[in-house]
Amino acid sequence: MADITITERQAGDVTILDLDGKVTIGEGSVALRGAIRRVLGEGKTKLLLNLGHVGYIDSSGIGELVSSFTAVNKEGGTLKLLNLTEKIQDLLAITKLLTVFDVYENEADALASF
Amino acid sequence: MQITLPSRIESVDEAAAGAERFAKDAGLADDMIFAIDLAVRESVANAVKHGNKFDESKSVEISLAESSESIEIKVRDHGTGFRPEDIPDPTDRENLLKANGRGILFMRSFMDEVQWANADGGGLLVTMVKRR
Repeated sequence: MADITITERQAGDVTILDLDGKVTIGEGSVALRGAIRRVLGEGKTKLLLNLGHVGYIDSSGIGELVSSFTAVNKEGGTLKLLNLTEKIQDLLAITKLLTVFDVYENEADALASF
Repeated sequence: MQITLPSRIESVDEAAAGAERFAKDAGLADDMIFAIDLAVRESVANAVKHGNKFDESKSVEISLAESSESIEIKVRDHGTGFRPEDIPDPTDRENLLKANGRGILFMRSFMDEVQWANADGGGLLVTMVKRR
C-alpha cells in the first residue's frame, strides 16, 4: 500500500491538496514534491495543504513542507496549512516553523484568507 | 532486539517498524512509542544518507534494550563520522527555510540523552536513551 494518497480539489481559485498517510523520507516526501510541482505547472499558485489525515511526519517530511512553501513563493503564490494534528503542531513548534507557515483549523477560514 | 539493514531508504521504515514493535512489546505509552519511532527514523536516515552514503555494501546496525528505568537505542554506521556541533541550528532565522538539517534537533527533542561516538572498528555510534 502507498505511504500517502494526495487528492486535489478546487475551491474557487484555491487548490486544496488533501494528504492521507505518512509524509516521511522516501515515498511520502517524493509524492508531496510531485503533487506541488504538478499543480504549480498547471499555473495554480494558491495552495492549501490539508494535513488532518497525516498520521506521521519526520524531518524529511517537514523539510518537504518547507520546500513546497519556498517553491510556491518563488512562483508568486501562497501556500497555507490546514488541520495540523497535535504531533505535526509539536514538530512545527520545535523547528520554529509555526512562525513561517500560515496555519488554519477551519477550511472556510483558510479559504477566506487567500 | 538487534536489526542489521542495508544502506537504502527503505531501511528507515524497516527500522522504525522494528522499533515500534519493540516499544509496544515493552508496554510503553503512545507518546514514548512516537518518540522512539521518530528517533530511530532520524538516526537511521542519517546513517544511510550521511554515514554510509547509500553504499548498500555497508550496513546499519540498530539495537534496542530496555531496563526498568529506560529504553536504550544504539545506531551504528560505517561512515567517516561527523561532529554534531558542525550542524547549523535549524531554528536560527537564516536556516528556517532550509529543506534539511532538522533530524538531530528531533532526536535531541524527543530523547532524554543523545551521544555520538566513534565506533570500535570505525564508523559512528549514536546512543540514545529515553527514560520511562
